[in-house]
Amino acid sequence: MENRPSIQIGSAVASPNETRDALHAGYAEKVSIRDVCFYYGQSIALKNISLPLYEKQTTAFIGPSGCGKSTLLRILNRMYDLYPGQRATGEVLLDGENILSPTIDLNLLRYRIGMVFQKPTPFPMSIYDNIAFGIRLYEKVPKSEMDGRVEDALKRTALWDEVKNKVNSSGLGLSGGQQQRLCIARTIAVRPKVILLDEPTSALDPISTAKIEELIYQLKADYSIAIVTHNMQQAARVADFTAFMYLGELVEFGATDMLFTKPKQTKTEEYITGRFG
Amino acid sequence: MSAVVQDSKLYARRKRRNAAAMVLSYIAAGLGFIALFWILGTLVVKGIGGLSFETFTAMTPPPGESGGLLNAIYGSAIQTLMAALVGTPIGILAGTFMAEYGRGTKTATVVRFINDVLLSAPSIVIGLFVYELMVRPMGHFSAWAGSVALAILVIPVVVRTTEDMLLLVPNTLREAASSLGASRWRVINKVCYRAALSGLVTGALLAVARISGETAPLLFTSLNNQFWSTDMNQPMANLPVVIFQFAMSPYQDWQKLAWVGALIITTTVLALNILARSLSSPRSQQG
Repeated sequence: MENRPSIQIGSAVASPNETRDALHAGYAEKVSIRDVCFYYGQSIALKNISLPLYEKQTTAFIGPSGCGKSTLLRILNRMYDLYPGQRATGEVLLDGENILSPTIDLNLLRYRIGMVFQKPTPFPMSIYDNIAFGIRLYEKVPKSEMDGRVEDALKRTALWDEVKNKVNSSGLGLSGGQQQRLCIARTIAVRPKVILLDEPTSALDPISTAKIEELIYQLKADYSIAIVTHNMQQAARVADFTAFMYLGELVEFGATDMLFTKPKQTKTEEYITGRFG
Repeated sequence: MSAVVQDSKLYARRKRRNAAAMVLSYIAAGLGFIALFWILGTLVVKGIGGLSFETFTAMTPPPGESGGLLNAIYGSAIQTLMAALVGTPIGILAGTFMAEYGRGTKTATVVRFINDVLLSAPSIVIGLFVYELMVRPMGHFSAWAGSVALAILVIPVVVRTTEDMLLLVPNTLREAASSLGASRWRVINKVCYRAALSGLVTGALLAVARISGETAPLLFTSLNNQFWSTDMNQPMANLPVVIFQFAMSPYQDWQKLAWVGALIITTTVLALNILARSLSSPRSQQG
């Protein structure tokens, strides 16, 4: 693909002094994505992506379908490693440790980085076991403490009042919105450091969406969050920082209010004003 | 005007073909039905008269005396059980390899091809194979050999259903479990097997139904035994071979017992199939 000078792809990240301006100062980098490229077999899907995810901040990834935003998210917990033929180059530092290194323990990495998917994915087991599943993987917890952990996770996702009388019935019996909150509860129950949300509300109704957005806002107090969304209003509502991606490249990254009100790149402006995408 | 006429001709021809195809399908389905009910009906008519308490308490009799099928029923049950106990885990693990660890690999493709060959291999060949493998070296027929022959018949059926059922488990579920830090085996064991449980059970039941009527592999392996025997190292009676022997005999008592045995096997297979069906129905997939 040829370069498009008018779009000035990559210039926002090429000169860090410009982007990491006063707004970014004072935030600790939880995750540093550096020069990451991604390949599906021979075809390249991401080109030299570099940006930080700040500690206890929410970063949204927006862009038209196929721009690589979900792909980028799946690099952060090496989910792509489940599939042969997919590979990433560059560096992703989590607390200074390169998680793209071949020596990293993938299970431990994924334990530290939680992920919620587009479609709710409750396991075919009880609501209680859905949440206990992750905890049991790495912790030996006595029953009483486990009950507390499950209750806590359900309360934090505002699900407790709806399910407290049926925690032993199947998670598949819940509504779509409840299932998605169960998945978030399951994710935070293992106390990860970073939470990845891959279009978590795109399969939900507006009321469930509002509940989950509220939840994301609250979770920010304890976690660093990355959310992929095709809904720009959602990004504006929940994210502190927003990255706009287009055709596998990062076009612009900045504080959400700046990006939506005074985008530096014309391509960003065209996208957020609905001229394409 | 002429275009319209041509069109309506075309339409009439399609309509005739449609009707012909439908009628042929109905006839074919009807033939299947008739065959099934003919067999079932004959079995019930000829078998139910001989069915008595003695059938389940007495041994197979010598010609001219009354008796039952207890030793044969026991032999069939224990050999089928052993075959299922040996064959099902192997089949499930092999199917797991193909659907999970080795998905899309050349090895999996080769294993699938071999499995399909095994699935359609004549069971008498399996019987001869186990005869050479076990009966000849051991010097005598045995229930163990019979169980092994049946287990070899169980494996390909279970491999097939396991692979198919695991492939139906959505990848998002695997990803979700992996994203919590679960190892591959944990994902398979705690999530995929659970999601595919009714399908896996169905596969095992269908395999049991398949082997419970097999005669040829047992003729060469466990043979038959007129007496009560629970020694797996000795020849053992079993319903299919008893039916074969008794039905071919000139003695009326034996022929009658053969009908009873056939009725018992058919009813069992029918029940297993219905059970498998109800387990794999969409309603029971929930929870």
